[in-house]
Amino acid sequence: MPTSTITFRETGSSIKVTPVDEVSLEARAASLATRSIKTTSKRAALHLAIRCMDLTTLEGADTPEKVASLCQKAKRPDPSNHDVPSVAAVCIYPEMVHHAVEGTEGSNVKVASVAGAFPSGLSTIEARTADIADAVKRGADEIDIVLNRSAFLSGDEQRAFEEIVASKDACGEAHLKVILEVGELGSYDKIRQASMLAMAAGADFIKTSTGKIPQASSLPRVLCMAEAVRDFAQQTNISVGIKAAGGIRTAKQAWHYLVVIGETLGTEWLSPEMFRIGASSLLNDVLLQLNRLDSGSYSGPDYVTVD
Amino acid sequence: MTGKIPIAKTYKLFIDGAFPRSESGRTFSVNNPEGELIANVSQASRKDFREAVRAARAAQLSWASRTAYNRGQILYRVAEMLESRKTEFVELLKSIGANSRSATREVEDSIQRWVWYAGWSDKYSQILGSVNPVSGPYFNFTVPEPTGVVGIIAPTEPSMLGLISRLVPAIVSGNTVVVVSEGESSLASVTIGEVLATSDVPAGVVNILTGDQTDLLPWMVGHLDVNAVDISGISHETDLTLIEEAASNVKRVISRQVNEESLELISDFLEMKTVWHPIGR
Repeated sequence: MPTSTITFRETGSSIKVTPVDEVSLEARAASLATRSIKTTSKRAALHLAIRCMDLTTLEGADTPEKVASLCQKAKRPDPSNHDVPSVAAVCIYPEMVHHAVEGTEGSNVKVASVAGAFPSGLSTIEARTADIADAVKRGADEIDIVLNRSAFLSGDEQRAFEEIVASKDACGEAHLKVILEVGELGSYDKIRQASMLAMAAGADFIKTSTGKIPQASSLPRVLCMAEAVRDFAQQTNISVGIKAAGGIRTAKQAWHYLVVIGETLGTEWLSPEMFRIGASSLLNDVLLQLNRLDSGSYSGPDYVTVD
Repeated sequence: MTGKIPIAKTYKLFIDGAFPRSESGRTFSVNNPEGELIANVSQASRKDFREAVRAARAAQLSWASRTAYNRGQILYRVAEMLESRKTEFVELLKSIGANSRSATREVEDSIQRWVWYAGWSDKYSQILGSVNPVSGPYFNFTVPEPTGVVGIIAPTEPSMLGLISRLVPAIVSGNTVVVVSEGESSLASVTIGEVLATSDVPAGVVNILTGDQTDLLPWMVGHLDVNAVDISGISHETDLTLIEEAASNVKRVISRQVNEESLELISDFLEMKTVWHPIGR
């Protein structure tokens, strides 16, 4: 794919999108995944993973009670241990926003709502922006929308771009995360192009996946996005956040992501303001690893909540 | 080209239906009685043990929820596979010092024992369970359920019959196991793993590690996701205070004669559940 350009919404300046070297990208991701974390740093890494976590439930069977218990867990992941920090946010459907607002009241836990015909994004832009505005009105601090892959992949990048611009306007004060659904994009070049497009259109965060298709987040894909964020920051001086989501289930995977982000973007990105991990079952594994550090023996799923 | 290149088998671990080397990269050597090297065997680390427990836990519920009849069929199939590899086992036992007669005898006894336990699969719960008389309008049943994940310190002698005597009574009722074998008996253990991999036993139901039993014992008894440990194969010099850690999650600790064959061995790894059911009118 040749180098192309995208016009940055804020300043009108053009941003270069260079092609991706697939082989060295995967090799670099694989080498970062072999980095060992010493026992002394493990606790800090696990706490950071919790602080950067968007605890997620996006099921058709979600109930207000389930959201309430999710919020409790988000605020105090381990009720028996005060040292364990709370997570960054809870991530739910718009219908559940006011329950989540209620559940997280008095804490630092943010409410993130998916909106805009999640997970396909295939409804009219008017319906999607109305959905976003409604979620914001109900009290969502962050909005996760999906990129219109249909428009993007059929070559109508301009429409995909304008829809993100419209969504950003509908968000108002709320933070906008744009889900690229990398598993549907087909190549690293497309992932890089979509990342640049979303950032140029005003996304505060770019996010890997909806978690609704089997092909989700992977280390090379996140590395590819992180490099796009780095290059975007170089060209515009604007720092955009990254959210990895989908298929992240173990503490080990989580700190591989922390290593990739830290090594590519620097420690500035290792905070909940700039990096998130979206997950539903990851938190329990992180708690088990913390138990292991505290007790010295291996723990098991009987010792954490059933979600 | 004349002559054949000797192709020696690599003895690896058996975890979750696959044969990985130890993550530690360590091996130990097994020699024949004349002191000649037979094989280098993977030496499992505590992390390999952790992975094995994870696999055993993941497999436990679906193994236990199969019908007793189906578990019996699967175990019987293993005996068929053992039967077809009889010569291999005899040669293997001879290579570590058994004479031809005793090796053949041990292999035959092992297969017979496997079938004996397989047959119990759909029968033990009638014998061990009960319908209890109670002073009220209730049906009261006691039914046996599997304990869960069982850690087994495999006996080193007899190497094949010892492991099978400990292994089959644990899995027949729906437990899943992590076996730790040591020394020359590792060869038979790994080969049994190969038989299991080519029969219908689901991945993770039996996991076989080879290495230093004394090294891995504290991790086994301390692991909160292991529900019972069978220390029948433990060596006499082992410091038994290590076992105290089993109390941390009230593990069952079982120690039996290495060569027993009885229904009681199945009940070692069972929990009795009693159900009160109101009688309708």
